[in-house]
Amino acid sequence: MTATTTELPRRIATSPVAGGVRPSQTRRVLLHTFLVITCLIWIAPLIYALYTALRPYEDTQRLGYVSVGGHYNLHNFTAAWQQAELPHYFWNSALITVPALIITLLLSSMVAFVVARFRFRINIALLVLFTAGNLLPQQALITPLFKIYQLVELPSWMAESGKLNDSFLGIILIHIAFQTGFCTFVLSNYMRTIPGELGEAALVDGASAWRQYWQIVMPLCRPVLAALATLEFTWIYNDFFWATVLMQTGSNRPITAALNNLTGQFFVNNNLIAAAALIVAVPTLVVFFALQKQFVSGLTLGSSKG
Amino acid sequence: MTAMEGAARSAPPVAKRRKLRQLSIRDRVVLSLMAGIPTLLTVGLVWVPALASVVLSFSTWTGFGDFSTIQWVGTENYKNIFTIYPPFQPAIEHNLIWLAVFFCVPGPFGLFLAVQLDKQIRFSRIYQSVLFLPVVLSLALVGFMTELIFSPTQGLINNLTGHAEHNVIDWLGNPSLNIWAVMVMACWRQAGYVMILFLAGLKSVDPSQKEAAALDGAGGWQTFRHVVWPAMRPINIVVLVITVIESLRAFDIVYVINKGTNGLELLSVLVTDNIIGAGSRIGFGSALATILLVISMIFIVPYLISMFRKDERA
Repeated sequence: MTATTTELPRRIATSPVAGGVRPSQTRRVLLHTFLVITCLIWIAPLIYALYTALRPYEDTQRLGYVSVGGHYNLHNFTAAWQQAELPHYFWNSALITVPALIITLLLSSMVAFVVARFRFRINIALLVLFTAGNLLPQQALITPLFKIYQLVELPSWMAESGKLNDSFLGIILIHIAFQTGFCTFVLSNYMRTIPGELGEAALVDGASAWRQYWQIVMPLCRPVLAALATLEFTWIYNDFFWATVLMQTGSNRPITAALNNLTGQFFVNNNLIAAAALIVAVPTLVVFFALQKQFVSGLTLGSSKG
Repeated sequence: MTAMEGAARSAPPVAKRRKLRQLSIRDRVVLSLMAGIPTLLTVGLVWVPALASVVLSFSTWTGFGDFSTIQWVGTENYKNIFTIYPPFQPAIEHNLIWLAVFFCVPGPFGLFLAVQLDKQIRFSRIYQSVLFLPVVLSLALVGFMTELIFSPTQGLINNLTGHAEHNVIDWLGNPSLNIWAVMVMACWRQAGYVMILFLAGLKSVDPSQKEAAALDGAGGWQTFRHVVWPAMRPINIVVLVITVIESLRAFDIVYVINKGTNGLELLSVLVTDNIIGAGSRIGFGSALATILLVISMIFIVPYLISMFRKDERA
């Protein structure tokens, strides 16, 4: 982004939009028809969920699920919000997601800085350790992890449960440990493209390694950090597995995992479930629509390596 | 993105990394801490448990009591898994179905969508956003959506096709049907993911190559087959690895629907069942986890080797 060199302007000149070839008139009509139909099918489940959520249970019972008529209101949304104590679970999610996100970015940028800007003998080994760790299925490590979490005792100010198990700290730690892998990989690739001369000049001026990291490299990484932040936010917020296994107390679970307890317990009807599901999806949908560019570039940053 | 990748590749010689000798002691301490703390965390919470899974798989342990209550039983857990553990075979089958379907449906379809959206057409961004939308939903939510759509009497499908009142099709309760209903929704989410990855890959292909091929008289398909597809090799590998990993990790959707029972068994669910639930069987669960680990390593290791080989030489 900052390091863009000669190649970019030429590309822009040859292909103003996407780099593809402009199809003929009839082909374009066909293409649009196909894409519109596909998009309609794609969005149908969400529209249906929204439609169901906007109708009272009684109306769907009387008229059928796929029907028009009856009342339309936001009652299911308010009911889900209150009955299911959604604000409480949103707060749990925030307590987990925000610290996990910030610390993940901080720690991974540090490792990435060391690996990308200095030559150690174990550079590659470190990178492999982090990258591979993120690719493992979570279930491959949960059994011993669960046991470790039960054995580690914590003072009560750190964890209500007195253990790493069933504590916010425990969930935050595993998110950090797991997600650092992906972020380190992406950030180290990016930091390598920053010219080394930048750091050297600072070193001549007597700047420390820390200063080089904090005042030179980190500010240049802002776009990547933004992309990673949006992506990691949705991943950590959407987590279901860690929270389900490592957080035994239902009322302490983040919202995505808590919803599972709540169905059956509070929700007697699909209309209410639909409303609750949509409310839970709001934060990630907002992030997606507001920061779509960052989101997508975060995904693709990790997937290709120059 | 395209810009960045291009820049990364043609960038002025990668930062010359200084030798450690030139660093002050304080800097060396700082750098060691910067790399050391995150490494400890990842080793302690990811790698130690992963290796412990392998070690504990040769034991029986209820998990109550301390380490002295661990009994080593050799390969007995594995023998039991393969011979007298009924859910194992369906779980393997379902994981394979998951993999095959992910490979055959969202893979090619995502690629097809990406190729179409890469053409210069209007509204491309809107199409992209809509198709990508499900990816930001959590898999647990997709599980709830699956119930909305496939529930026998209340779901969209049966109500639309008239199967809600007579000849009810029990999409989620029938063990030979439910895995397919779940797959429909899993593919719904996966296709957008694959599409975006391929789209990034397509944009990183040098357009002048495509133009050259067109000038040489190559048609659209020929250009794609001989120029674009080979140039996208790095992305193709990424998509392959993601397809495999996501199939092995699959858990949330089926767990939301029926805790992964009655036709929805998966390896990941079996591992979980042995920890939470009434009888925790650490050794047995670890053996299942080790099987999962070995299968995923078959794909992860070659991927990492191919990815980091370039660095080794540099």
